[in-house]
Amino acid sequence: MIRRAVLGVYSLLIVVPLIVIVGGTFKTTPDLFADPFGPPRNPTLDNYATVLTGQGLLGVLGNSLFVMSISVPATLLLGSLVAFAVARLPKWPSRILFGIFALGLAVPAQAIMIPQYVQFERLGLRNSLTGLILVNIVVTLPVAVFILAGFMRTLPGELYEAAEIDGAGPWATFWRIAVPVSYPSIAATAIFLVVMHWNDLLYPLLFIDDPEKRTLPLALLDFQGEYLTEYPLLFTGVVVASLPMILAYAFLQRHFVAGITAGAVKG
Amino acid sequence: MKFKLWLFAAPALVLYGGFFLLPAVQGLRYATTDWDGWSPAFNEVGLANLTDVVSNDDLFRNALTNNLKFLLAVVIGQTALALLLAVLLAARSRASTFLRALFFLPTVLSSVSVAFIWKFVYDPNFGLANNLLDAVGLDAWKSAYLGNESTAILWVAVAQVWFHAGQMMVVYIAGINQIPEELYDAAKTDGAGRWQQFRHVTWPMVAPATTLVIAYTTLQSFKAFDLILGLAGNPPRAGLDVLATRIYSTFANSQLGYAAAESIVFMAAIALVTWLQNRAGKAVHR
Repeated sequence: MIRRAVLGVYSLLIVVPLIVIVGGTFKTTPDLFADPFGPPRNPTLDNYATVLTGQGLLGVLGNSLFVMSISVPATLLLGSLVAFAVARLPKWPSRILFGIFALGLAVPAQAIMIPQYVQFERLGLRNSLTGLILVNIVVTLPVAVFILAGFMRTLPGELYEAAEIDGAGPWATFWRIAVPVSYPSIAATAIFLVVMHWNDLLYPLLFIDDPEKRTLPLALLDFQGEYLTEYPLLFTGVVVASLPMILAYAFLQRHFVAGITAGAVKG
Repeated sequence: MKFKLWLFAAPALVLYGGFFLLPAVQGLRYATTDWDGWSPAFNEVGLANLTDVVSNDDLFRNALTNNLKFLLAVVIGQTALALLLAVLLAARSRASTFLRALFFLPTVLSSVSVAFIWKFVYDPNFGLANNLLDAVGLDAWKSAYLGNESTAILWVAVAQVWFHAGQMMVVYIAGINQIPEELYDAAKTDGAGRWQQFRHVTWPMVAPATTLVIAYTTLQSFKAFDLILGLAGNPPRAGLDVLATRIYSTFANSQLGYAAAESIVFMAAIALVTWLQNRAGKAVHR
């Protein structure tokens, strides 16, 4: 009885705001204020038109996809290579290599963003998507190494040795043995990275000046100043920014839970 | 063989060393200057920035106080809620699988999205919270939420708990599912009720999960930058300023050297809180 009540109330706390947000994207501001919970009385797509074309969110969406489509695979590849070295090196070199990356886990981005700003500015990498990709990679490498090495270390050494006896070099062993066998942890890491890179606000805020180079979270933040209490437009921005993640979550739910939790627990 | 393995790690080491570790070290250097971030010249100020941050900066102290209030509220609220939900959903069934997925959902949203959702919940005139209180006749409970200087940060904490409690629930469920069934059977044989089973079996057995949840939630609370900017605007008002936003504002205000010094104190604060938690954790579990 109490169980049902608690779960019911908490479900409502999650669902009701989401329904109000989605419904709100089809309402005008006065309609939303008059009846936030009900279905839209005069459904309109004006908010989507304003946000996608007027505010250029379509281009912003493209930027986010572009950044992610490079930064996530690159982090995965670099991280897997390190993880493989950690798994195959002898005890002390392995510990040292792992320790270097583990250091990064203790340093939140907010603590190094300032010198990074100066560095990227000097190298001409600020205000560019290339710079954003690069910074995404280095900031999330520690977590990626942590999850991937954690997995590859537990694989039995014989697995690699068998391949090496057959004459495979480390490069072939990496691609033919380590990567396929580590698929679950690579998938989990990939999802963690997708969510991190897609949702990050800090670095775009710090690095991007040109409106046409913004990524989604930064464009959303700019909405706030512009629309203040025009909630339907804010909500439309929220839906556009969140829909890709929610759809992916619906289809890859178990991987999402595993990935984000692994990242959380280890990050 | 060994040499080749180092080659595997080399690209990552170069990037990570150059764009993460090197700036971290450079940050220490900037902290001893009064550099504004763009002028060619600056002065050495030694440890003056650091001593100012620690002893002579009301804005920083205000942000620290807010951050600690936020931390305490989120750690207690989120840990308790996550554990409660995990206990209720640990048993496998269709309904519990569905509810787990639902409660986890907010975690995949971006912080700015979550901020906008809660901005509307908290809107004093048109928001969901006051609307609902009106509807059920609890007008007296209506509040200005974020507009209330002294409690604003606690309302942000509520949003943060909504955002991440589902994620911590998953950690707890994993912990609970590792508890051997026999322990519960033994407790039942001894006549233990539900509460006693929780108190004497579940709670001590999930201690490792609790440590993890608290450590992670603590770090999250120090990093709550996006959510605050989304809810409060940039820069946030004094009542909603936390350490991360304070560093950013100092930097945006062309005090780069001073912001670097604030970053060092920020790191030290995180280290100190984590250390205290570890000590407290050991004391509790002894």
